[in-house]
Amino acid sequence: MHRISISSLWMRPRREVKRMNTVTLTIKTQPELYLELEKVNPDTFAGKKADEIAKLPVFQGKEILTLGDFFTVTGEAGATAADTKIVINGDCTKMKYIGAKMTAGEVVVNSACDMYTGSWMKGGKLTVNGDVHSFCGLAMAGGEFTINGNAGNYLGAAYRGDWRGMSGGVLRVKGNAGSDVATFMTGGTLIVEGNVDIHLGTHMEGGTIILKGNANRRVGGQMVKGEIYVYGTINVMMPGYKPVGDIELDVDGTKSKFVDYIGDLGERHPKRKGETVYGHLYMKK
Amino acid sequence: MSEYIIKNGHVFDPVQGIKGDKADVAVKDGKIIDNVGSGAKVIDAKGKTVMAGALEVHAHVAGPKVNAGRWYRPEDKHFDSHKTAGITRIEGGKSIPTVFKTGYEYARMGFTFAMEAAMPPLYARHVHEEIHDTPIIDEAALPVFGNNWFILEYLKNHEVENTAAYIAWILRQTKGYGVKVVNPGGTEAWAWGLNCLSIHDKVPYFDITPAEIIKGTIEANEYLGLPHSMHLHQNNLGNPGNYTTTIDSLKLAEGIKAKNNFGREQVLHSTHIQFHSYKGTNWGDFESGAKEVMDYVNRQKNLTIDTGNVTLDETTTMTADGPFEHHLQSLNHLKWFNVDVELETAAGVVPFIYDPNNAVFASQWAVGLEIALYAKDPMRCFITTDHPNAGPFTRYPRVYSWLMSKKVRDERLNTFKKADKVISATTLANIDREITLYELAAMTRAGPAKCLGLSKDYGGLKPGMTADIAIYNINPDKFPSSGPEIEKAFAQVAYLFKNGKICVEDGKVIDMGHKETFWVDVKVPENKQVMHDIKEKFLRYYSLSEKNYPVPESYAPHQHILSVDATQA
Repeated sequence: MHRISISSLWMRPRREVKRMNTVTLTIKTQPELYLELEKVNPDTFAGKKADEIAKLPVFQGKEILTLGDFFTVTGEAGATAADTKIVINGDCTKMKYIGAKMTAGEVVVNSACDMYTGSWMKGGKLTVNGDVHSFCGLAMAGGEFTINGNAGNYLGAAYRGDWRGMSGGVLRVKGNAGSDVATFMTGGTLIVEGNVDIHLGTHMEGGTIILKGNANRRVGGQMVKGEIYVYGTINVMMPGYKPVGDIELDVDGTKSKFVDYIGDLGERHPKRKGETVYGHLYMKK
Repeated sequence: MSEYIIKNGHVFDPVQGIKGDKADVAVKDGKIIDNVGSGAKVIDAKGKTVMAGALEVHAHVAGPKVNAGRWYRPEDKHFDSHKTAGITRIEGGKSIPTVFKTGYEYARMGFTFAMEAAMPPLYARHVHEEIHDTPIIDEAALPVFGNNWFILEYLKNHEVENTAAYIAWILRQTKGYGVKVVNPGGTEAWAWGLNCLSIHDKVPYFDITPAEIIKGTIEANEYLGLPHSMHLHQNNLGNPGNYTTTIDSLKLAEGIKAKNNFGREQVLHSTHIQFHSYKGTNWGDFESGAKEVMDYVNRQKNLTIDTGNVTLDETTTMTADGPFEHHLQSLNHLKWFNVDVELETAAGVVPFIYDPNNAVFASQWAVGLEIALYAKDPMRCFITTDHPNAGPFTRYPRVYSWLMSKKVRDERLNTFKKADKVISATTLANIDREITLYELAAMTRAGPAKCLGLSKDYGGLKPGMTADIAIYNINPDKFPSSGPEIEKAFAQVAYLFKNGKICVEDGKVIDMGHKETFWVDVKVPENKQVMHDIKEKFLRYYSLSEKNYPVPESYAPHQHILSVDATQA
């Protein structure tokens, strides 16, 4: 079986680092409810000065307020999203949608964040120096999203009801993640360095999940295509998986031996060049 | 109530034969009148187009299957959760909008009436709750009959009188408007894991054919003299080669004359006929059958149709044609909702993406436009998207732009990825016709009003008619040439009058109006047999008692009842 080493993802030459304009948001007032920051991304900020950024709308329940009502804004954005870096300081645990839908540029959050952080992201770089709540990195299509803490449920999954999950980019969690991670994944790479709860890669139809820690149960349920690597243990294995042999693979920069399982045998599977395509679950030996 | 005079607009009104002449329209107390006093408020319509409010003849806008679509597709509305300024509520949903958005969007496009195309009688309360909550526009709902056990049993023995008595009873219990028939026999067959793909396939157990159901329900409809004709979603929807089934079904109406006091001339309305106009044996050798179907429709004066235009969007299909939804799900593997409604009907819901890069969907798009462009009598062909099945109703402005401008239409046709295939499988590239504003007024106002038996008060601007008026920012002397300009003009009226009140101004909803629920109350001679059968069916089969079946008055507090006396029939 021909396969591409995952490690190449991490060794590709970095783009030349451009000088970016930095906008810094510092929290001055905590919202009473939760705040929806759909406008906090390099794409919306691009070409705007601090005072214009402070006037952007934010949503609290049914009220429309401004970014300046909650944050002190300093610096100015670059001409394009790619030239714009946003740094957010202060407690963001009640802030939703940071970096959602971003296509380029960089966002660094020096706090934990609430739901939808980095969801529908298409490009650029998003770093959260803390935990994120559930529904983050939903339907991510490109870029790099790094969470230097733990993540909640539905990380890198499809939006509720949708069948279009993560399709591209690299999403890395340094800590643990909750349940229903990477549901309906079709592409890209998701790495959890800690443990996950139930339902990892449900309905997966492409892409790569690398789990360094342990999973609870129901890993790869109804998986059609794609790859899941598990370094730790799975509490209870799905019955629809069958071992087909041992294999040595280079994954995320390290070589290891795995047992290759195919599945989910209870699900429909496409054919390619006359051969049935299965999902692969690689358990480290 | 206020008086208005709409001055200097270009009026298009097939009811009076006015083709864009400058004329004033006077409004008082909710009616159009000959003249108003000097105190009337002047609306300057110079350089604008004035038409009656449009009537939607077939859309799925209220009730349990629409709501099933809403709850099982949260992804359809996720980014629409913010309230905007003004008196409107949050407007959620694209293919399955909330009831509020449904009302606002129809009104913004100049519509004043919408027909909910399929009401399961058992769930009529839910339909009426949603209708009542839909602002501005008047609405009615058609109960479905084509797979109902009573109907199947009566028509097996060709008991038209009993069928009619049962229909009259259902209309009163459900506050329904007319007779809808969906995949006659096929939906009942679906409960047995089967379907009826031709009009001569027997329905299992009931031993009746779709042909007998179609003919019998047409006869019962005319026996009662209802405002609207039998409204048919045909068998064999969406399959290559189905145009022969379509013409076979339409032929069943030959020789039957309309009998009613509402000015209706057709005895059969065949809905979303685009889905029923395909030649070929599979999607590989598929060709359009629009010409053949429309040649027949053009000759038969006792038929009306609506188009069912594919809009090339992501949408949500939903129909009482249960087996068809199962077929769709097996094609696209997306989520499938399926329900059986006791003795009456069934329904299915499946999300669907009409990808313009796919030759099949692009061809369906072309067939829908061919249907409208081949129609010789715009008073008998109405524009619909079978909302949301072929696309959301909010795409009407775009459909109009394709029909009214060959340039806009050809731009779309020639830029399809599989343009060659679409052009060879259909005849659209050779059609030069452009629908005029006058024809559009017939296809969206006067025509549907007449088809629904509402032509006395709706669909025109004649003095005495209800003051439902749409004013568009369209100067007929300088008709917009680009697709987006045409779309914008039809998407946002300059003014919408509903019952003589301005509800939309400059595309903004400013008044919620006073919507009414239309239904048809028919008096029939006492029929002991049917009353006995109803009692028995409720005792033996229904999951609720007969007493809990009717829709209480409180569910439709603003009723507009059309009374029919069929006791002398």
